[in-house]
Amino acid sequence: MVTARGRAWVPHAVLTAGLVLVLFPVYIAFVGSTLTARDILDAPMSLVPGPRLIENFARALDVGTVKTSGQPVAAMLLNSLVMALVIAAGKIAISLPSAYAVVFFRFPLRRLCFWMIFVTLMLPVEVRIIPTYKIASDLSLIDTYGGLTLPLVASATATLLFRQFFLTIPDELVEAAKIDGAGPFRFLIDTVIPLSRTNIAALFVILFIYGWNQYLWPLLVTNSPGMTTIVIGLKQMIGSGDTQTEWHIVMATALLAILPPVAVVLLMQRWFVKGLVEAEK
Amino acid sequence: MERRVIFSGWLFPALLLVPQLAVTLVFFFWPAAQAVLQSVRREDAFGLSTVFVGWENFAALFADPDYVGSFAVTGLFSLAVALLALAPGLLFAVMADRVVRGAAVYKTVLLLPYAIAPAIAGVLWMFLFNPSIGVVAAGLRWLGVDWNYLLDGRQAMLLVILAAAWKQISYNFLFFLAGLQSIPPSLLEASAIDGASPRRRFWTIVFPLLAPTSFFLLVVNIVYAFFDTFGVIHNVTQGGPAKATEILVYKVWYDGIVGLDLGGSAAQSVVLMAIVIGLTAIQFRFIERRVHYA
Repeated sequence: MVTARGRAWVPHAVLTAGLVLVLFPVYIAFVGSTLTARDILDAPMSLVPGPRLIENFARALDVGTVKTSGQPVAAMLLNSLVMALVIAAGKIAISLPSAYAVVFFRFPLRRLCFWMIFVTLMLPVEVRIIPTYKIASDLSLIDTYGGLTLPLVASATATLLFRQFFLTIPDELVEAAKIDGAGPFRFLIDTVIPLSRTNIAALFVILFIYGWNQYLWPLLVTNSPGMTTIVIGLKQMIGSGDTQTEWHIVMATALLAILPPVAVVLLMQRWFVKGLVEAEK
Repeated sequence: MERRVIFSGWLFPALLLVPQLAVTLVFFFWPAAQAVLQSVRREDAFGLSTVFVGWENFAALFADPDYVGSFAVTGLFSLAVALLALAPGLLFAVMADRVVRGAAVYKTVLLLPYAIAPAIAGVLWMFLFNPSIGVVAAGLRWLGVDWNYLLDGRQAMLLVILAAAWKQISYNFLFFLAGLQSIPPSLLEASAIDGASPRRRFWTIVFPLLAPTSFFLLVVNIVYAFFDTFGVIHNVTQGGPAKATEILVYKVWYDGIVGLDLGGSAAQSVVLMAIVIGLTAIQFRFIERRVHYA
């Protein structure tokens, strides 16, 4: 590999600027979460952390803010966790079998089925917003975990990714399974799923983040404070009203909302990077 | 592409497909069809009767200066977000491809915003730029800038663009880096032996080879700016001031859910659907071609 000699500091300088760009907003949020409401309102606030980190986080987790009618952030975190896990697991659980069916069988209307799944790529919630809401309400899914997750579990992306991977499984493996007398169900359980482990892990990371960060759909389908997810709860804490925004609690909540998906990305970075680049190909 | 060796039977694969198809039909096809149907009908104020009105909803939509304005706002917003997310993504990827020491740290940190919801990115940037408490706003005022995005439409636009683009830099960085690492080193070595400077190597070899990645990312970023930035707008500006940041997705939500204009909102949904279909078609046509030439 050719290396640019001489001006080796240039990339480091540019990348350091990149780190500052990425970290500065998060750092200021962190500082905000360690101050008092007064400290922040007496602008400009300090740029070094204050002493109230633990109090602010404890207050956010236990009581939330006045604006969210005292709904504790801990409950919001739980709602977000359930939503993200169900969406991620659900998408994998329904798209792996459907990809298997489309790849390993020939049956009437197979192409139509594949096409129907593929087309969902072109129908994000945003373009079918009111009718989808109406169906959720007809099925009495408003303010339920089912309502939060079900309309989001169909995934063309996951199906396409599994299909692509299944196409690379060598024919010899299928032949061998057949000779051993294994049917399609055994082959799926004993061979295909174990082979797909890396893909499943990669997809899980991407889908968990997708689920955790949902905004428009949870905003529509949940009304009761008990079902609020943390990303929606954060918005409610700010809202424009007559009472002052409790910025120190808002910032603590923002950090709590960022922490789980960031942790997932950090812990599973290798899989995540591989999965993201492949899923989009 | 098809497999040669397959299993026989239709019942088992049909059962495997049922969950996915059921969700798809109930939550995608049915509502999409409803949106199309509603877009050509008008409901009376009590929801008791509906009449077929043909293109009337669409005609009303495009005669509405607010809607046309929203198109212009969305166009500016999505192009600016795409460019402001692509250029730093490319720059950081080129630099990260050059360094050896510290590369892992740079990559890890630059990936972080990917995990942050657009809505939360909006809140973080709003905290920096809030005219009464933000630290950056204080700095701007100190520099003599009259900063108040709550009153100034152009400043509001700038802020939502920055917040939306910031979150997307990670994604572009990742794809550009993967693209750079797939360029054969021998190509670069050959041109280096021929005496090409690093700058020349970048513009004559690296950049053309990244063109497919760049085009793919451009489409992805525009789709992101169109559809995934609702949370940024809803948190930071609520489409204001004076509709200066009212992008199409915000308007379809506002008119439908807050304004309860079903026909108009459905017509807007159909227009958006046409836009996604167009963008997805471009994306996949291009991917077919790339696979073809690869």
